[in-house]
Amino acid sequence: MTPARLSLAQPVPDEATPHYTEPATVRLRGQHLRLGYGDRVICPQLDVRIPDGSFTVIVGPNGCGKSTLLRSLCRLITPQAGQVYLDGRQIRDYPARTVAQQLGLLPQSATAPDGISVLDLVSRGRYPHQSLLRQWSPQDEIAVQTAMQATGVADLAGRAVDELSGGQRQRVWVAMALAQETPLLLLDEPTTYLDIAHQIELLELFRHLNRHTGRTLIAVLHDLNHACRYATHLIAMREGRIVAEGAPGDVVTADMVEQVFGLPCLVMADPVSHTPMVIPRGKVHMA
Amino acid sequence: MPGFCRPGMLTWSNLNTNDLHLLVHKAPLSTSLPAANRLAWLVLCLGLLSVLTLLSLTLGAKPISLAVVADSLFGPGQHPDAIIITEGRLPRTLLGLLAGAALGLSGAIIQALTRNPLADPGILGVNAGASFAVVLGAGVFGITSAAGYLAFAFVGALATTLLVYLVGAYGTARLEPMRFVLAGVAISAVMMGFASSITLLNPWAFDRVRFWSAGSLDVRDLDLVLQVAPALLLGIVIALLLARPLNVLGMGEDLAVSLGSRPRLIHATAVLAITLLCGASTAIAGPIGFVGLMIPHIARWMVGTDQRWIMACTLLLAPVLLLASDIIGRLLVPGELRVSIVTAFVGAPVLIWLARRAQPSGSRT
Repeated sequence: MTPARLSLAQPVPDEATPHYTEPATVRLRGQHLRLGYGDRVICPQLDVRIPDGSFTVIVGPNGCGKSTLLRSLCRLITPQAGQVYLDGRQIRDYPARTVAQQLGLLPQSATAPDGISVLDLVSRGRYPHQSLLRQWSPQDEIAVQTAMQATGVADLAGRAVDELSGGQRQRVWVAMALAQETPLLLLDEPTTYLDIAHQIELLELFRHLNRHTGRTLIAVLHDLNHACRYATHLIAMREGRIVAEGAPGDVVTADMVEQVFGLPCLVMADPVSHTPMVIPRGKVHMA
Repeated sequence: MPGFCRPGMLTWSNLNTNDLHLLVHKAPLSTSLPAANRLAWLVLCLGLLSVLTLLSLTLGAKPISLAVVADSLFGPGQHPDAIIITEGRLPRTLLGLLAGAALGLSGAIIQALTRNPLADPGILGVNAGASFAVVLGAGVFGITSAAGYLAFAFVGALATTLLVYLVGAYGTARLEPMRFVLAGVAISAVMMGFASSITLLNPWAFDRVRFWSAGSLDVRDLDLVLQVAPALLLGIVIALLLARPLNVLGMGEDLAVSLGSRPRLIHATAVLAITLLCGASTAIAGPIGFVGLMIPHIARWMVGTDQRWIMACTLLLAPVLLLASDIIGRLLVPGELRVSIVTAFVGAPVLIWLARRAQPSGSRT
């Protein structure tokens, strides 16, 4: 909406290229990252680049460090070594508000203040665009209304967030993150606690946002098939390291899944989306 | 290749923004209806505050007419009752306004910070620290003047809050409000223990402290009020500036960071504000409970979850309670009932009512 802040000068990826792996521009990257909590090192050494305009999905078994990586990318944990760069500059060198205008987060667990209305909660996403002197502008109003329309919660505007169903509530949180209007948006397990229909609905929304608003999305997802279907760039992690990286069609193979998850499986083409589909073999059905 | 589009283009192409402009301008902002309600509450609080300020100046052991009040404040002040106004009721009314706002706002801050609607500024050890310092001043250093108590109490409150903050924040990567609460409770208990042992050993100090520790607005000295006024006013300004950051912090630390606020800075500033507000008001008026606990609750019930409105409402409503309690105390018994006792009498039933409500206001933990 305020194009001056966004990098318009970036080259458009060539649509004709069959498998587009790495664009020329990477606004967000981590270099030589060592991540952990105190003495517990989770990622010993990690380099990561988030392609601009991608829907990047990080997958991996529990405890592989995918959430830790996501949290380090949005300043929630400070790397023990190495640096996260935004537009070529160390992210910690920017003022907090400047980063918040570029990089948003939908955290795994967010608490809504008791009794807050949907509208008020979504409006709080505008915080980094406001100041003491400029508290509410028509631009804020448009951003909030648009975010609520896009997520289908406009009709709930006056309702209290704690009265809503889980699916509705999650969409309200997404609306809040969208109202922040950041070109980069990080999603920490956004589909957890949702039923399958709401999961797909939300992922479709993310895909739509990614394709039509140019936002770069970086999500941690548990469901490998969802990741294959919706990601344009997949990062597979195991034991704090990136094992495979690229378009799902290129990197998802039975060997890779077995290597990452230790799960014997079959990989076929999804009959609907023609993306890879992972089918676990399981013990019972193995002849 | 699916999934790629022009990076950097942030447009909402799926929505017709022309319609949105219409919607925004035609329909009133969806916030405007509650905003009108909130404004009505605020006006009501302001009205109450004006009435009580006037009552506080006119009512007492000797009722004085408004004409005489105006004459002694702004006119030549020839009336024999003028001295009651300038030496007695003006300082206590002014103190009621300032200390009320201070206690209320510090309660609003601590409740927002700990996300616990039952938190009281006392849990940071302010009262215990001030009491201990006053006991120390009276019992060990032989302080007798009101100004001396003021200084000791303020320094005691400051030092204790700092200690609680350091203990609570020490060695954690993340800030956990619960640690502050525990540190505050523990350090308060130690302070209280020390204070009790000094007063038990020194009956004279006990006698001096007895009156200080039953809070009162009856300071009879405008200079004392003016001494603490800068600290209180500074605290009030900081508290009001904190409203927006506290709103964001209310959604959890992760979101607060991602929305561009700095939780540690907010915490430190909040503790500073509480120390200034609570420390200065306790130093001059003694410990007065329930105001900081109760008023933010009522404010939330009136104006909702936005800290900016809660702070504004608390700022007006807390002095109402303190002045009303003070006036009741003056009128109820001949020798005057101390204001802290009256706030307790008023506060206890309200607290029971709050506890029994099905949906407690405030934020969940």
